[in-house]
Amino acid sequence: MTYGRWVITLLLTWPLLAGLIVLFVPARLAKQVAFAASLIEFVISVPLWWAFVPSGGMQFMVDLPWIPAWGIHYTVGLDGISLFLVLLTTFLMPLSVLGSWSYITKRENGFYALLLVLTTGMIGVFVALDLFFFYVMWEVMLIPMYFIIGVWGGENRLYAAIKFFIYTFFGSLLMLVAILVLYLHTGRATGLYSFSYAHLLSQIGTLGPAAWWLFAAFFLAFAIKVPLFPLHTWLPDAHVEAPTAGSVLLAGILLKMGTYGFLRFAVPFFPGVALNEVVQLVIVGLALIGIIYGGLVAMVQPDFKKLIAYSSVAHLGFVVLGIWAMTLQSVQGALLVMINHGISTGALFFLVGMIYERRHSRLIAAYGGIARVVPLFSAILTVVSLSSIALPGTNGFVGEFLVLLGSFRTYPVITALATTGVIVAAAYLLTALQRVIYNPLTDHENEKLTDLSVRELAVLVPLLVCILWLGIYPQPFLRRMEPSARQLIEQVRPGATQGQPPFATGEGGGGGGGERGGTPQ
Amino acid sequence: MTGTAADLIWIAPALALLGFVLNGTLALVRPTAKTLVSIIGAGVLLAAFGVSVTVFRAFADLHADAPVVFRYWSWIPVGTLQVDFALQVDQLSIVMLLIVTGVGSLIHLFSIGYMKDDPGYARYFAYLNLFIFFMLVLVLGANFPVMFVGWEGVGLCSYLLIGFWFSEKANADAGRKAFIMNRIGDFGFMVAMFMIFWSTGSLDFGAVFTHAPTALVPGGGAITAITLFLFLGCTGKSAQIPLYTWLPDAMAGPTPVSALIHAATMVTAGVYLVARCNVLFAMAPLSSAVVAGVGALTALFAATIALKQWDIKRVLAYSTISQLGYMFLGVGTGAISAGIFHLTTHAFFKALLFLGSGSVIYAMHHAYHTTHSHEDAQDMRNMGGLARYLPWTTALMWIATLAIAGIPPLSGFFSKDEILTAAFARGTTNPAWLVFWVFGLAAALLTAFYMTRLMLYTFHGPNRTGEKEREHLHEAPWIMTGPLLVLGILSAAGGLLNVPELYHGSARLHQWLEPVTQPGAAMVPEAHLSTATEWMLVGVAVLIAVLGIVGAWRLLNPAALVPARDAPAERGFARILRHKWYVDEIYDALIVRPLVWLSTEILWKRIDQQAIDGATVNGVARGARALGWANRWLQTGQVGVYVAVFVIGVLLIIWRSVG
Repeated sequence: MTYGRWVITLLLTWPLLAGLIVLFVPARLAKQVAFAASLIEFVISVPLWWAFVPSGGMQFMVDLPWIPAWGIHYTVGLDGISLFLVLLTTFLMPLSVLGSWSYITKRENGFYALLLVLTTGMIGVFVALDLFFFYVMWEVMLIPMYFIIGVWGGENRLYAAIKFFIYTFFGSLLMLVAILVLYLHTGRATGLYSFSYAHLLSQIGTLGPAAWWLFAAFFLAFAIKVPLFPLHTWLPDAHVEAPTAGSVLLAGILLKMGTYGFLRFAVPFFPGVALNEVVQLVIVGLALIGIIYGGLVAMVQPDFKKLIAYSSVAHLGFVVLGIWAMTLQSVQGALLVMINHGISTGALFFLVGMIYERRHSRLIAAYGGIARVVPLFSAILTVVSLSSIALPGTNGFVGEFLVLLGSFRTYPVITALATTGVIVAAAYLLTALQRVIYNPLTDHENEKLTDLSVRELAVLVPLLVCILWLGIYPQPFLRRMEPSARQLIEQVRPGATQGQPPFATGEGGGGGGGERGGTPQ
Repeated sequence: MTGTAADLIWIAPALALLGFVLNGTLALVRPTAKTLVSIIGAGVLLAAFGVSVTVFRAFADLHADAPVVFRYWSWIPVGTLQVDFALQVDQLSIVMLLIVTGVGSLIHLFSIGYMKDDPGYARYFAYLNLFIFFMLVLVLGANFPVMFVGWEGVGLCSYLLIGFWFSEKANADAGRKAFIMNRIGDFGFMVAMFMIFWSTGSLDFGAVFTHAPTALVPGGGAITAITLFLFLGCTGKSAQIPLYTWLPDAMAGPTPVSALIHAATMVTAGVYLVARCNVLFAMAPLSSAVVAGVGALTALFAATIALKQWDIKRVLAYSTISQLGYMFLGVGTGAISAGIFHLTTHAFFKALLFLGSGSVIYAMHHAYHTTHSHEDAQDMRNMGGLARYLPWTTALMWIATLAIAGIPPLSGFFSKDEILTAAFARGTTNPAWLVFWVFGLAAALLTAFYMTRLMLYTFHGPNRTGEKEREHLHEAPWIMTGPLLVLGILSAAGGLLNVPELYHGSARLHQWLEPVTQPGAAMVPEAHLSTATEWMLVGVAVLIAVLGIVGAWRLLNPAALVPARDAPAERGFARILRHKWYVDEIYDALIVRPLVWLSTEILWKRIDQQAIDGATVNGVARGARALGWANRWLQTGQVGVYVAVFVIGVLLIIWRSVG
């Protein structure tokens, strides 16, 4: 298993090295080199799909001392929760480079170098098993994104970039404090000062009331990133101003760091707090608000990118709901929605970017009737929109269905309300779709639009393949996630995944009964 | 696997999917290859019909009491949730299979003529094939999620085909409206699935229907909630109160689409769902009453609106809603086979009526097109006396009209009568059903009336199309009239499928469906009527039908009509009916507008932009800036100081929380 020993390290170092190379090649070659580099990165990651052993727990681990005096290690590894986030990252990177091909016209070297550095940061966050290393990677990913928005963004880019940075940085400072406290506490308790994930996790039981504050700090840091209502207002601005690749990665990967953080740190470290009934209810309530509120606000956005941004708030609401409902179906559904959102919303941002390059407008009202002019673009936009509104047969359905089905067991009423999100989603996305590709063609400038090029198809087709693959045959994904999801649930709520007997058995009359709430009448 | 030809069932949907892929590719690459598109589009359907007949015969030879389930792959396996992509063949799905592929084939053939000059020809057939694919998945799915794939898939195709001529905003609006209203129903379907899974431990039809009677208390809250949520799904898909308003607008699509999707097949999916889940509904008497009541009310309500519509397709649309109401009255009463029987005969005569109206519109459109006139080709006020120009269409549509009105021995007479008789029989023990029966009877009177009105205004009396236009009116080519003829025969003779014992028939459909309907029927109290009562009911029904037809013939005077352009607006009650009881306006004022206002003014502008962003986020930023100004004296410009302050702060927090 030599591949297993070096693969993560290579995935982390190769983009850095490639980024350095990109800085020094001639500007006209920058994107070619970056594309080749990201493609190599993807090729390196692909064998993980087969090398990964579903029941093998944490694997591909490397543990080397980094700053031994402070107990800081370079510890990395992958399990069923992080595997797909890493693969999603390496999958989206070459597409992002290809999607930026003609969009980015100034300082190309810098842009592509940052994109590659960002890759390292994103993968680092998902593989880090040492909290100090995790924190470093968290910041490493923050800075390139700040510049990508701030330098290559739209008119209002500085406001958006700073807002993005301060919001996230505020959260990450809190998290830093919490990490240090955790470090000191376990150090004092055990005599072993270490940032190791496993070591800290083994001491969670001794925290006492401090757990509340620590959970709050972690939670806030991740909730901003998700973003959970009402911490979401940085997202629409950042999305609208970011260049296409920035939006794609922001939605596709960066948002998932928040929910990943919940799954990896906030919930397992502090299960007593996270799954405290009141805390749980508040968080699930915020998720529900996000689903409905995000959808309703998306419905009235004149700017297509803002619409997608608010739809992300809704989609991520499903993820948070699934995580906190803590059933096997809901957690796996949440993992799947995370992947699906990366694919579908990524594709939406690519499509909006492509039409923006032609007409230089993101306003929905600037279009209309273009299905006649650009049929291929319209067909693909339709398919992607349908996947985003979770039409069965596409990826979106499998994820949302699992989240809702699983959550219904824990929170029947809230989940039933959250299910209305599927109506709202159809309302905002189909309305936008109609206003863009259907209706009379009124603006003559739209008659000159050209349909998708081969390069653009090369960006979209892989995403379409994933949309259908995950919709029709998600089983290979589910099979690889299940043991890790099961282990997580067992860890925070012992006995929860055993059996899962039906809850309404023989209790018709009154209200079905059940763990909590029972069936809504 | 059975080792018989029934194993070939997967080929039927696969063919339709293949047709979609090929025609979809042609639509993008070579949209002008119309001959090839026709061969593929209609060819896959005829082949699928062949497969269906083969499967039917093989299955009939098996004499199976239980469904034959074919599992293809594991679709969503998570823990105890094991959803396979699986199809099932049983008596009920076979009936649906034959209707979908049989009537579907005829409508595909008709479309070849009807759509021949349309630039979107390839796209049209691609969508139509895709629709058949999803419809087959819907009726063949062996569990709720697979059925749901078809359920939402047909909704998608309906959306695409209603908005087929998308350059008109009204058409695109209608498509979107249909999808969103269906989604409201689908919400119910989903919640029902969650409840079913957590109460029975499965989503497979077989397991659910076996376990439900023991896992759930009959008549209890859980089963009532499950069935009501399921029925919410039905009201969306099958256009019942309160979610019916999308169907009349759906007439914006090409007429063959209205015949196939919005009359014969998709809209009956809700009836199929109730029939499929008859065990669940039998366990929930309250829900069954709701199903029957909503059906009866819808039957009557939609029929009143049909009285005053001028657009020939809209009359038929409201008629469809009304007839679907009958089907729900049937299945809600527990007369599952009667509901499916009416579904079948309705598929024949309503498809015929729609295709006939398509034939009329085709002729009208052609006439107006030739003379460059811009009159409405679907408004009956512009028609009249068409019998002279379209003799075949007229004759065939009369057959369908008499069938839907319930004149013996045409198909509709048998099926409608069976539903009304069942409702009356139930009324002997539960008076609510007597009310439903009266509603059904009243709707039957109106049905006979508005259908005669339609025929009278369209085909009889003086012609109002225009002097020049008149010369260009003529019958459509045989590729269109041929399917009409076949449907005419079926509409006339369809009753033979299920001649009741009253006429010494063998009730074949009823017996064929028995393995499916038996478990539910066993739970519903059986009501018997004496032969005399049954004959009396038949007499009343026929009398009502004749009254409606004669009444319309005597009361209405087509000679008094003026073309749509010159027609005065209605007044009084007629105006309310003409405007469909203003239901669309009421929904708009009560739901749509407030929601948009709430989202724009409150959620977005007030909460998001002002409260969160304005006051809090940027407020904090402003505060920080003010603080910075006040603390300017602290600014020594030395980085060291900042770091020190920062570190001290961090340490303070750490000390506070650990110590």
